[in-house]
Amino acid sequence: METLEQIKARIEKLLPLTRLDILPNECPAGERSLLVEAGRGVEVGTLLRDDAQLRLDYCSNVTGVDWPESVIKTKVKKKVLVEGVEKEVEEIIETLRSGHLEVVYHLYSMELKHGPVVLRLRTENRADLTHLPSLTPVWRSAEFQEREVYDLYGVIFDGHPDLRRILMWDGFVGYPMRKDYMAPDDFEYEPTPHDEVLELAKKHYPPEVKA
Amino acid sequence: MSLPAAVEPPKSYAVRPKTDESGTPIGELLEISMGPHHPSTHGVFRMDVVLDGETVVKLKPVFGYLHRNHEKIGENISYLSSMPYTDRLDYFCSMTNNWAYALTVEKLAGLAVPERAEYIRIIMAELTRLQNHTCLIGFFVQDMGALGTPMMYAFREREKILDLFESVSGARMMCNYLRFGGVRVDVSAAWLAETKMLVDGYGRFLDEFERFLTENEILLARTQHVGILPRSLAVSAGITGPMLRAAGVNYDLRKVDKYGLYSRFNFKVPVGEHGDVYDRYMVRVLEMRESLKMLQQALADIPAGPVVDPKAKLRGFRPKPGEVYGRVEGPKGELGFYLISDGSPNPYRYRVRPPSFINLTILEDMCLGHKISDTVVILGSVDIVLGEVDR
Repeated sequence: METLEQIKARIEKLLPLTRLDILPNECPAGERSLLVEAGRGVEVGTLLRDDAQLRLDYCSNVTGVDWPESVIKTKVKKKVLVEGVEKEVEEIIETLRSGHLEVVYHLYSMELKHGPVVLRLRTENRADLTHLPSLTPVWRSAEFQEREVYDLYGVIFDGHPDLRRILMWDGFVGYPMRKDYMAPDDFEYEPTPHDEVLELAKKHYPPEVKA
Repeated sequence: MSLPAAVEPPKSYAVRPKTDESGTPIGELLEISMGPHHPSTHGVFRMDVVLDGETVVKLKPVFGYLHRNHEKIGENISYLSSMPYTDRLDYFCSMTNNWAYALTVEKLAGLAVPERAEYIRIIMAELTRLQNHTCLIGFFVQDMGALGTPMMYAFREREKILDLFESVSGARMMCNYLRFGGVRVDVSAAWLAETKMLVDGYGRFLDEFERFLTENEILLARTQHVGILPRSLAVSAGITGPMLRAAGVNYDLRKVDKYGLYSRFNFKVPVGEHGDVYDRYMVRVLEMRESLKMLQQALADIPAGPVVDPKAKLRGFRPKPGEVYGRVEGPKGELGFYLISDGSPNPYRYRVRPPSFINLTILEDMCLGHKISDTVVILGSVDIVLGEVDR
């Protein structure tokens, strides 16, 4: 199979003005992935599926990843003059990563038996701009898996034929796979509460018992 | 004394008007909820079916009754602690679940597996495939109305395999047997001899089973030309395992990825022609025969040596940051794990790609236009386990 650089160059040639990035993967056996501009997801997917050399006709795995806003520390080696002698000093640079949700597609080819090519799409943030194009029209196997990502992460797939909750029930509020999800306080009565159950139970005691 | 007023029964059905193109009513459609407590849904699975007479016009699978957010649990515990949880995904095939997870973590951390352990893994995986397919055929014939006997024949054979699992891992179904870089305990020569005896006798059981079923008139009538899955739809919908191969696509990860030591083994991949329920039955029977061949080779060639990589750490296991996707050919299809490590003892993201969940995508496409009794047979041929579908 072609390298990711070649695939990227071909997509850029055939679909000009599409923003693509190759994301590194420090794990030696793992695959690097191709970050696709969210708006061009369907075009890039269709191209990869129909391209004669790639024929990525099988979308194996679709999943979401939550990246909350966080500070990333990177170590940089710097040369500093200390008392006239040049020394190497490690400096820690802190960068703020904005929060976003990510959807990862693992593509293989059943016809040519190669793969995977990993596609990633990112939402703008985790609050209100969580729309991404659905790739279900390109690969039918994304249908239930995108519903699952919607259910557990809250990514809204535009163009999905039947976007409903799939594992949680319809009246459920919240997205349980997000990193900041808090489980509801579903305390049940216990005759002899202790430890954390006692702490939880105390919140439910009427005020005269608390005092 | 007055009798209590009649209590209206809870509605598990609804009557909808059936209209022609211009919108004038021409009859009634019946919407029923099949499951979650239906004996032929293989667990707590529900199908929302709309019927025109007895013909299915709409079918929406509903699941999540067994959902416990396996992936969230996996993100909050260490890598090794997830191993027993993977047993509970597809509780019929804990050995292949273990293998898929171990393979992914080994890929992430760059661990090697000793040769003997690879052989043991193949023996376990093929035994798992044998008992899964045997039981599935038992269930599936039961779904067609052959109550009891075929399933008991299948369960009798399964129990022999589970006894082997129990004697080596301590548990019949929740084996928790594989470890990163090998397997938990070595197998004894006596265990191998016992397995050899089982494998030698299994062909006779298959012959007997096939004599009752393969050319059985009822089975042929109920399964041929039923639930046809076209080849192009099977590929696009990401169907894997025997269902895909029954649709005529030659795609077996044991041949494509050659994970483990499968490249050393001599076996064929059975492929169907019509993609109907009968082909799915036949592909499974033929796959069992290939598994027996592989078991014979593995039992003859298994070398002596250690069964776990001495460099693999059980405690304080922290793989370097990165991400990886690993997959194996489970009895139900491609079982994949996707892990993202951030260098901490817990995975940042732990994802299971469940084959039976994705194989249900096309359930409606296969059932439309068939009678309601055929949906039971079609669902049986998909081979689902709800522990894996709902996770």
